[in-house]
Amino acid sequence: MYKMQLLVCGGTGCRASASAQIVENLNASLKAHGLEEDAQVVTTGCFGFCEKGPIVKVIPDNTFYTQVKPEDAEEIIAEHVLKGRKVTRLLYENPKTQEHVADSKHMGFYQKQIRIALRNCGFINPENIDEYIARDGYSALAQVLADLTPQQAIDMVKQSGLRGRGGAGFPTGLKWEIASKNSADQKYVVCNADEGDPGAFMDRSILEGDPNSIIEAMAICGYCIGASKGLVYIRAEYPLAIKRLQIAIEQARECGLLGENILGSKFSFDMELRYGAGAFVCGEETALIHSMEGSRGEPTFKPPFPAQSGYLGKPTNVNNVETYANIPVIFLKGPEWFSSIGTEKSKGTKVFALAGKINNVGLIEVPMGITLREIIYEIGGGIKGGKEFKAVQTGGPSGGCLTKKHLDTPIDYDSLVAAGSMMGSGGMIVMDEDDCMVAIAKFYLEFIVEESCGKCTPCRVGNKRMLELLEKICNGKGNMGDLEQLRNLALVIKDTALCGLGQTSPNPVLSTLDNFYDEYLAHVQDKVCPAGQCRALRHYFINPDICTGCTLCARNCPVQAITGEKRQPHTINQEICIHCGVCYQKCKFNAITVQ
Amino acid sequence: MTKIKSLDDLRNRKLQLEQSMDIREKSNNPESLVQIKVAMATCGIASGAREVMNALLEKVEKEKVPAVITQTGCMGYCYAEPTVEVKKPGHDPVVFSYVDVKKAGEIVDKYILKNELLDGILPVNYQTI
Repeated sequence: MYKMQLLVCGGTGCRASASAQIVENLNASLKAHGLEEDAQVVTTGCFGFCEKGPIVKVIPDNTFYTQVKPEDAEEIIAEHVLKGRKVTRLLYENPKTQEHVADSKHMGFYQKQIRIALRNCGFINPENIDEYIARDGYSALAQVLADLTPQQAIDMVKQSGLRGRGGAGFPTGLKWEIASKNSADQKYVVCNADEGDPGAFMDRSILEGDPNSIIEAMAICGYCIGASKGLVYIRAEYPLAIKRLQIAIEQARECGLLGENILGSKFSFDMELRYGAGAFVCGEETALIHSMEGSRGEPTFKPPFPAQSGYLGKPTNVNNVETYANIPVIFLKGPEWFSSIGTEKSKGTKVFALAGKINNVGLIEVPMGITLREIIYEIGGGIKGGKEFKAVQTGGPSGGCLTKKHLDTPIDYDSLVAAGSMMGSGGMIVMDEDDCMVAIAKFYLEFIVEESCGKCTPCRVGNKRMLELLEKICNGKGNMGDLEQLRNLALVIKDTALCGLGQTSPNPVLSTLDNFYDEYLAHVQDKVCPAGQCRALRHYFINPDICTGCTLCARNCPVQAITGEKRQPHTINQEICIHCGVCYQKCKFNAITVQ
Repeated sequence: MTKIKSLDDLRNRKLQLEQSMDIREKSNNPESLVQIKVAMATCGIASGAREVMNALLEKVEKEKVPAVITQTGCMGYCYAEPTVEVKKPGHDPVVFSYVDVKKAGEIVDKYILKNELLDGILPVNYQTI
């Protein structure tokens, strides 16, 4: 029996920072010190604290080492494992007090979290089904198969109040019920692992950290709706998630937890992977189904809903990864327990991917109804560089911005919609005073224009026109009519686009127009970008008191806009200047100012 | 890999595997468990702390005591090594001195399970964070 375990993060982020080498070095050091019998090294899924990765957590004292390098392995073994002294320099430092935090239980990042979907991420070895079984894995499936009828199981999911975690928040139990009531010779359970929102990575982390929970939940869903076949639609850009899911499926088959007559029951279920090429629109369930069938990934009109006619024309239930990850817990702990967490209409927890100008970039799981302030300042550790919070973009390209006035709004599906945004898959991109909201809206529209499948005119043409208007505004050539036109186009697209992605694509523009109209006005009327981000609206001037006339800027200016005598102050001709900023970068005397 | 054919198979498999995950499960909620710290600095190890630690691990496992055992550095009582600190939930920590394998068993049997104090308790006059 081991006295200690060293959990090393094996998520994509930490592996990119050589966590596999850390595991190797830790094992080598253990061997060198003759401690193989005393301590064990375990590769786990993501701990969520990606900002400070790679993470090594020492069990049982919960010591949380951050930014560990392969060469630190020897010191961890020699000091901590052998002598029982923590390696202070690798401990997490509380940014407010500059004190080292001895264990993860005292880190602000974890204190407000409730981890349900992420319960096993950073805790078990995802490539070993036994560690999942040891944590009650597959017990929910066993319980459902032994004691419940499909309808009883569906009722439990309904009672829990679980809503889809991938976007619009449709009640999961209801979705299952509809699929179960449509009779057919074959039905399908599909897992949507086509995570496309910029900055969102919770589905990837769950598949990498706890793939068996998805298999178990899909089997439960199969039993409920009467399907014997499961399909995971996963983007090919997630090689590690694919690998771990394949290992998990293989191990589940070997144990007889997938296949014929699972656990001695009459229920048979097996699953396969389908790879996507990473198109944003394939996150929309009808487009996803077409892509799985081998057709172009384009959405079709609903109804018929996939629950009536989905994959190969058969009733199909599509849920997102995080939704499935909640399912086994609902059966193990009961729907009442689950629905005791969260707000009136949004039950349970939500995983958010924190990104952007925030100190603790990473993955968090918090109860519904938590405020934005708690997420940003307590869990997220505040804004980078002590700057001022401006907005947070939620819901990716389909969502909108929450601003300072929303800081104390409890976050759930309905409050986000009321604030002009949406839950989406849970990406949260934090912006500070240096971010230009017009440029942010432009960024999301560029994404939409790139990813629009082109099937319906409002999305294909309308978004392109909106992008052109935004480019015009950012280039200082916009007028008040353009703002009017922007809003009109947005409202038309919202009303007329074919699929959910098209209908929500104008949200970033509408939300920034509503919340940051003054910034649009500054771009249009004063031709100024308040955040200084829009290049065309930046004006460069040479301060004649500082300029030494070294001619360096004039020689580097690509359009010869700078003139002046040697050793005399130079000037920039604003008519010719293209605002490239080369002179500003080249000047050795800080003589050039930006306005 | 052996097949799991029934609910009982799954339960048995889980019971067999639980032990290997035990240390991690316990670390998840240390406040609700008895925390046992064995001083394992040079002084402690030289006086036999390693044997004490192993004895405690075995004993705790055998008696199914809800306890988490960790090793610490030198607590400063080098004259009284091996020392073992026991913190029961809701109690102040107690440090036992001159612990050997026999005394380790007594700590578990008497102090932890029956709440009886033993000889050789060092006065604790410091605070830990």
